[in-house]
Amino acid sequence: MNMENPLEPKTYGVVAEFADADSVLAAANKAVEAGYTVMDAYSPVPVHGLDAALGRKPTKLPWMVFAGGLTGCLVGFGMQVWMAHVDYPWNVGGRPTISWPAFIPVTFELTILFSALTTVIGMFALNGLPRPHHPIFNTPDFDRSAIDHYFLCIEAADPRFNEADVTAFLQELGPEAVNTITDA
Amino acid sequence: MSSEVKRDPDGQLPYISGHDLASVSAKISEVTLRPMKNLPLFWYGGLALGVTLLQLLFLAIYMLVTRGTGIWGLNVPVAWGFAIINFVWWIGIGHAGTLISAILFLFKQDWRTSISRFAEAMTLFAVVCAGLFPLLHVGRPWLVYWLFPYPNTLGMWPQFRSPLLWDVFAVSTYATVSIMFWFTGLVPDLATMRAKAKDVWAKKFYHGLSLGWTGSARHWHRYEVAYLLLAGLSTPLVLSVHSIVSLDFAVSLEPGWHTTIFPPYFVAGAIFAGFAMVLTFMIPVRSIFGMKDLLTDRHLNNMAKVMLFSGLIVAYGYMMELFFGWYSASVFERFMVLNRLTGPYDVSYWMLILCNVLVPQALWSYKVRTNPVLLFIICQFISVGMWLERFVIVVISLHRDFLDSSWAMYAGTKWDWAMYIGTMGLFLTLVFLFIRTLPFIAIFEMRELIHKDEHKHDDHSDEKH
Repeated sequence: MNMENPLEPKTYGVVAEFADADSVLAAANKAVEAGYTVMDAYSPVPVHGLDAALGRKPTKLPWMVFAGGLTGCLVGFGMQVWMAHVDYPWNVGGRPTISWPAFIPVTFELTILFSALTTVIGMFALNGLPRPHHPIFNTPDFDRSAIDHYFLCIEAADPRFNEADVTAFLQELGPEAVNTITDA
Repeated sequence: MSSEVKRDPDGQLPYISGHDLASVSAKISEVTLRPMKNLPLFWYGGLALGVTLLQLLFLAIYMLVTRGTGIWGLNVPVAWGFAIINFVWWIGIGHAGTLISAILFLFKQDWRTSISRFAEAMTLFAVVCAGLFPLLHVGRPWLVYWLFPYPNTLGMWPQFRSPLLWDVFAVSTYATVSIMFWFTGLVPDLATMRAKAKDVWAKKFYHGLSLGWTGSARHWHRYEVAYLLLAGLSTPLVLSVHSIVSLDFAVSLEPGWHTTIFPPYFVAGAIFAGFAMVLTFMIPVRSIFGMKDLLTDRHLNNMAKVMLFSGLIVAYGYMMELFFGWYSASVFERFMVLNRLTGPYDVSYWMLILCNVLVPQALWSYKVRTNPVLLFIICQFISVGMWLERFVIVVISLHRDFLDSSWAMYAGTKWDWAMYIGTMGLFLTLVFLFIRTLPFIAIFEMRELIHKDEHKHDDHSDEKH
């Protein structure tokens, strides 16, 4: 193993192509039953329950967004208090320097802004995007994953991975095609 | 598919029929990927008109920057004229996009799917047009960063108790969030465009923009959560933006402006104007690009209903303005009401009532709501009416307020008009370029709709077994 040429493409996984969502969902369930752990499914539409079927917990994104929103809220209100009360106290029409009701709109807008930035940047960062190349793009016919076909990939990183066994296993599940792909 | 179209349980025609995942993907992406020579004359004509009017905008900006704001009709007492009227008009138009993409999404209104992308794009372009007016109204647009709190040599900060400053934060947040929401919605579609594109450079272009989207189950899960969160964040945001815009007026003590009804009434007016603008483009686009199977008469019907409803809120607002004027028992408020109804600008007030209150009542009729030509005409009335509404609010209140020694008349100059018409050119240019370069219907959401629909029918067939 250690003697392998580093430039030689390594096997990334075995990919099965399915024509409908139910088949890929059933296949994912069977693969989990059979004890595979490192795999992913690719689909043109979000398939409900597919991620959970692959045995993964809900994302922590909402908590990140909550933290982002809270930061925005504190930054917004704090900024105004510091500017209007600490750094340059300024008497406007005899109002208190911390006239908090007038500070709410900016606080609100910054809460939304920070939350939304966290949502979008967080979602892409957790997904590891942008990523110009991913080995899954080596799958023949993978274009259809963005149109009307569904793919299940059992990856070589799986401790139980064995190309022949996995191929035979996926062939059982009624796929359109099964291919072994490399990472280059 | 059988020739008989399956009807929904309530007897309505479905929003989408006769399509599968592949056909809907092919159909929508084809508009963007077809050779230039196969584009309809409508597209070339629209773009040409847009680019022509855009030159007028450039000229108006050049004149303004070299001569100063004196070329506009602004003066005391009407120191707020076309710039703020047009700003409010455009930003209001933008609100329909966010309403459709966020609020209707939260309410699970499936019909929003086929219009959301277009409406969101329109939001962005309308915000661009709107933003130009305050930017140029400052007179020296290269110093516009003075609006933001930044450390400067004077050691001063902006006045956080002013609604004009709230506007800066509201509009810039709105623009940022709208762009992000729009782009997030586009990413899976850009992957479809990559898959569909034949040209190697087009493939690279869409692949780059899609950030390498693979459609992984894990990614979709986070994506759906993020989309829902964005919808949840955009909903209060869009309501806040036009509320804050209305506070520019309502927080002042000017007769006709100082009313508590302004925030909700402005938001309703924004939705009213925005739906009219979405329909103005949707009606020709769906015929010319043959999208009547995705943008059905039922969509027109629903959008017309939203217009009718928001129009009624706006009409209620007009009545309440008159009532408040009388009920305030203030001489100046009562005079303002009389001046609106019978003063020198009475024609614009009665035109406003005609366009925004009387004409839209035709939408009570199902036949009118599903007649594209009539609907298109009504939308033009509404667009004009909403512009007149802002004209009435801004100009009639200002031109005769407390001191009759400083009363004066106001009219836009040719440069006011040039800039206003110029922004329409900018809007048209952006819309037509968008139609050509990006899928103007959300492809993956349409696929999702079909996917859900198939499963719904599966469930029914299961019950029968």
